[in-house]
Amino acid sequence: MSTATDLDRPATPPAFQEINASRRFKNRLATVLVAGAFVFALAPLVWLLITVLAKGLRYVFNADWWQKSLAGLTSRQFGGGVYHAIIGTLLQGLICAVIAVPIAILVAVYLVEYGKRSRLARAVTFTVDILSGVPSIVAALFIYALWVTTLGLPRSAFAVSLALVLLMIPVVVRTTEELLKIVPDELREAAYALGVPKWKTIVKIVIPTAMSGIITGISLAVARVMGETAPVLVLVGYTAYINYDPFDGNMASLPLLMTAERLTTNAVGEARVWGAAVTLILIITVFNLLGSLISRLTSLKTK
Amino acid sequence: MSDSDTVGRPGAPGLAGGPRGGAAPDTAPEAPITPTPQGSDGDPAKPTKVITRPGDKIFKTLTVGSGVFVVVMIALIGIFLLIQAIPSLADNNANFLFSRDWNADPANLAFGVLDLLLVTIFSSVFALIIAMPVSLGIALFLTQYAPRRLARPFAYLVDLLAAVPSIIYGLWGAYVLAPALSPISKWLNEYLGFIPLFASGSSNLVIGQTIFTAGIVLAVMLLPIITAITREVFDRTPPMQVEGALALGATKWEVIRTTVLPFGRAGYISASMLGLGRALGETIAVLIILSSTTKHFSFSLFDGGDTIASKIARAAQEFNDPRGAGAYIAAGLVLFVLTFVVNAFARSIISGHKEYE
Repeated sequence: MSTATDLDRPATPPAFQEINASRRFKNRLATVLVAGAFVFALAPLVWLLITVLAKGLRYVFNADWWQKSLAGLTSRQFGGGVYHAIIGTLLQGLICAVIAVPIAILVAVYLVEYGKRSRLARAVTFTVDILSGVPSIVAALFIYALWVTTLGLPRSAFAVSLALVLLMIPVVVRTTEELLKIVPDELREAAYALGVPKWKTIVKIVIPTAMSGIITGISLAVARVMGETAPVLVLVGYTAYINYDPFDGNMASLPLLMTAERLTTNAVGEARVWGAAVTLILIITVFNLLGSLISRLTSLKTK
Repeated sequence: MSDSDTVGRPGAPGLAGGPRGGAAPDTAPEAPITPTPQGSDGDPAKPTKVITRPGDKIFKTLTVGSGVFVVVMIALIGIFLLIQAIPSLADNNANFLFSRDWNADPANLAFGVLDLLLVTIFSSVFALIIAMPVSLGIALFLTQYAPRRLARPFAYLVDLLAAVPSIIYGLWGAYVLAPALSPISKWLNEYLGFIPLFASGSSNLVIGQTIFTAGIVLAVMLLPIITAITREVFDRTPPMQVEGALALGATKWEVIRTTVLPFGRAGYISASMLGLGRALGETIAVLIILSSTTKHFSFSLFDGGDTIASKIARAAQEFNDPRGAGAYIAAGLVLFVLTFVVNAFARSIISGHKEYE
């Protein structure tokens, strides 16, 4: 780094002046604030996960936790497990998915392949938007008004699944719609050119092309509804016993177990609540991972 | 909607009748692919004649039916809630919209939704005020500042916030965050207590079962929702505008202020409204955090109380009498209408902007 030679020195002063201090300061400040906002958002996530794991992880490393229910245990006895609640959560999520997924996929097919910009299609799009904003407690109340008050049926796990259907449909419609839209038109045109009927084109060409993404969307949606608490609070009662019948009797689920055991204010209650929280997070994580795994396995080879 | 759509191809509706119509006079190649010869046209002269297969008809009916089903569903929600609420509203001894007391005892119904509504709106707006600037920052960070390779994993982390069930937010808020916030709330109460917002409320602010805690937890829950949409909109800022600003010598912040923010403003506001809708309906986190109280809401952050959603959930296990349940269903109807309006407003903001498509 010797002194600049004549060659290095510009003949005319540079066209661009230094950015003045206040602009530079504002720029820096914005950078700091924006990066700070991101860190600020991650803090609760990390804090929350650490809390839940620290408080609950030790209870789930126990074979009983995954295989037994809390039947016959008082609120002062350690032991038992949350098998009954896991079964309930999975069963309710599964029934919900079985009902919601076909409807949602058909709606998405209608929007992308048939409706286009027709009035009905616009109405459907609007409704799906509104439905995705319906609070879960309102969905639960609606099913309560329909299932329990109007039809006179007892509260049951199936009613919970129905309420979850309302929450799941918009999520699956949205993802499926986006995915169907990006299926290249060339595929459809090639199928039509071969004389394939439209419905077969959709069922055998369009949907399979989008399938891997749809499966990911479904598993995310199932993971989402399994964590919903409001419907189970309104539509089914808690029990410490294992119940496989979705139409009859009370059925536990992990969120319901947490709300019930939360009222047990001792170490036993705490163990059950936080253990169940860890279990719920684990199940949701498994579903999310499963979704991306299945989608990776079933995705069409692009090359 | 019309028949021509039966064979209409996406992207080229104008050509729909073309290829098939052209083949129509020549019936031979059509025959093998028609499962039942019902569609064999006796009128080959018409080039626009469309062959409809039964499979097509059934499938289209199914999809249209599902679409109609969804539309009908939203109407049914409103109608059913209304039908169930009317008998209780008729028996109500208090003014439903303006009374501040809630008594859903079926023998003596006297319930008013005003206090619940105020707490609902107050806590949601408080959450929104915290969440809006932060999610704007996150969205800018993810789209403008983060290194390209890290933007996706970072965005995934923010999305993880949305994957956490709200009951776990509630437990964390009530048992971990609330005690941690107590120094802040004490400070606010001590030095700014003369402002009604920070005055001592109906809930013990050391324990922290307050709207203050609930609002902060709600804000955290809103972050991923607002960020997701805002990020998408910011990503669509025309590169020409950004490059133009850069060519004029703008700093990064000036680029954002003059191109990204004006372009994305409508999307950001719409996203915030959607977040507000979510906060209004949040149930279990609020239920766990807020201490219920018989006192009226006094517009303090350190009040307890109940939102509409948490009130319903608190009473849900005792829905035995249809009249008592009807009172809660009436409150649910108010919540439904409220979220409906907020969501419809949010969508209407964004639907006016073709450049976001």
